[in-house]
Amino acid sequence: MQKSKLQLSTLFRKQIFIPLAALLLLALFNLIADPSFFKITLGQNAAGDPVLSGYLITILDYGSELAILAVGMTLVTAASGGQDISVGAGIAITGSVILRMLCGSNSRPETLQMPIICAFLIAVVAGMLAGAFNGVLVSWFKIQPMVATLILFTAGRSIAAWINNNELPIISEPSFGYFGNFIPGIPIPTPFFIAVAVMIVTALLLKFTNLGLYVQAVGINAQSSRLNGLNPTFIKFLTFVLLGICVAVAGLIKVSRLSTINYSVVAKDIEMDAILAVALGGNSLGGGKFNMWASIIGAYVIQFLTTTLYKFKVDSSALPAYKAVVVILLVVFSAPTVREFISAKYKLLTSKNEKEVA
Amino acid sequence: MNKQAKTSGNVFKKIGQMTDSNLLLLITVVVFILMYASAMIFLGKGFLKPQAFFNILNENAALIILSCGLSIVMITGGIDISVGGVTALVTMSCAVYLDFHNGSVAGAMLLALGIGLGFGLVQGYLVAYLDIQPFIVTLAGMFFAKGLTTIINSNPFNVANEHFVKLKETRVTVPGMGSVNKLGNYVPAYVEIGVIIALLVVILMFFMLRWTKLGRSFYAVGGNRQSALMLGINVKRTRFLSQLICGILAGIGGFVYFLHVGSGAATNGAGAEMNAIASSIIGGTMLTGGVGNIIGTLFGVLSLSTIKNIVASAGLDKAWWTGITVAAMLCIFLVVQSIVVARKK
Repeated sequence: MQKSKLQLSTLFRKQIFIPLAALLLLALFNLIADPSFFKITLGQNAAGDPVLSGYLITILDYGSELAILAVGMTLVTAASGGQDISVGAGIAITGSVILRMLCGSNSRPETLQMPIICAFLIAVVAGMLAGAFNGVLVSWFKIQPMVATLILFTAGRSIAAWINNNELPIISEPSFGYFGNFIPGIPIPTPFFIAVAVMIVTALLLKFTNLGLYVQAVGINAQSSRLNGLNPTFIKFLTFVLLGICVAVAGLIKVSRLSTINYSVVAKDIEMDAILAVALGGNSLGGGKFNMWASIIGAYVIQFLTTTLYKFKVDSSALPAYKAVVVILLVVFSAPTVREFISAKYKLLTSKNEKEVA
Repeated sequence: MNKQAKTSGNVFKKIGQMTDSNLLLLITVVVFILMYASAMIFLGKGFLKPQAFFNILNENAALIILSCGLSIVMITGGIDISVGGVTALVTMSCAVYLDFHNGSVAGAMLLALGIGLGFGLVQGYLVAYLDIQPFIVTLAGMFFAKGLTTIINSNPFNVANEHFVKLKETRVTVPGMGSVNKLGNYVPAYVEIGVIIALLVVILMFFMLRWTKLGRSFYAVGGNRQSALMLGINVKRTRFLSQLICGILAGIGGFVYFLHVGSGAATNGAGAEMNAIASSIIGGTMLTGGVGNIIGTLFGVLSLSTIKNIVASAGLDKAWWTGITVAAMLCIFLVVQSIVVARKK
């Protein structure tokens, strides 16, 4: 009895508990409201290939970009104690670069100008450059991340339009659509595999290098990490470049989904969701210790919530209001003061019970 | 010659001794005057008429009020990104109230104030007393306001209420200012009611920040929360009040926006939070807290809109130039600020 109580309280204190509990609550809500939410069917798409469909698959599919961004955003948040609000604009830039590379000057190409992988690599470089720009402002000029990234946030979509001369290229080549939809013969959406690949690579990077430790050290106290021989300037810079790579990957998925781009709409407000994912994961937005997996689960919680609301026929423009209520409830219950208050009440209650038993 | 060199040396010394707030204010004002003067010289045309300047005020009255609110929370070390959403909510609620419920203009004003007050109270409580990050709280506030706007009414429409239209059309002529139009008639320059409200807000907030106990404690809390606590300042209450004032100003700003556009729409005030933050930064307010000036914020708004007008009238009509130039300007100001801060170390 005593032991199980102890385990429960350690579980409560684990950082990953909040997003997991939110996920379970949402799942439970759907199970009670309508169990058909969990139904997955094997159907065929327009091309006649087998595809899985269902709400759960939608969550895995559309949560991918957010999960990828959450990985990078966690690192940036942990190291710099601030957030990058230019990721949506960054997706517009990298997506625009991919299309520009594939189409050349012709916006309706018959054949692709270069292999998709080359265009993607160039987009990765563009993403890294955008990240480096933010990184320089944050680490060398010591400007707060949110303000520094406000620059690219303002200019990003304009730059994206400028790259393609404000045309909207459309790619008819079917293989380009594989990254955002399905590869023929594989019934699971490709973005999920890409997201998993990003997670595994980052997890390996954190496991086999000191990056994770250094990032935390810089985030907790940049001054003392410098005295311990680290270079906080470079580490902050590095996290922004890594986020730039994540942005390029998300950009590839975004443009591949529709085989085209709309500069002012693509990935709109995704930066807010990405920051929210980090916060829902229980990570401090002030930097320091971080848990990448908690952020990823946070990203899927957001997508789970969105899909649930869509299922209940909530209008897409009214969606944010419901999202806000859930977010406020989550952050209020995970706020330290509220938690202390609840645990104090809980203790009082249990001690009373014990007294009565005695 | 020698004397002149000495005085100019003194000027530099004086500039070196200025506080961060004053130095950043000086830079902003100088940049704005240079920018407007060069626009007058090189672009001429529209910029020479006094009305061109008053039009900038007419169009940005709401943004001035929103930026004042943001400056105050930023000085206290917080942030409020819900102001754009609150603006949209205020315009839509007032429009629905006036047209569908035959409401009075005074009632609409109270409604706008009430919405602002509500957002300020809740967000302030969550930020100050529950110690939740202001970014997350106000982000949720923005989502909530935007969503609620479309729940109230999803279609944008123009308000037809005659009392309101009368108020909207009211123009206050500026004495001694005006220009001669093509027909040779003298046209006096005018401002809308919103501009007068905005200027009143600026003056009120300027006095509040400079000469009241509350205003000084905003700076103290933003500068260093720990030492403010040691000085006996009620940090929680101060943070709560900063968030509250920003909420109320968002309500007023929303109504002024409504008075200018005369329509209720979910897209009203889109991106206003980022414009307000950018204006505050250009005006010398620092997001780290403790540094800032309301007069600077006013000039920040003016600079931001002047550069937009310059881009538009300089023939750079391609849509992307506005975004890129505004960002470039922001970038330059931020780098200058970081150098100003670094100069003391």
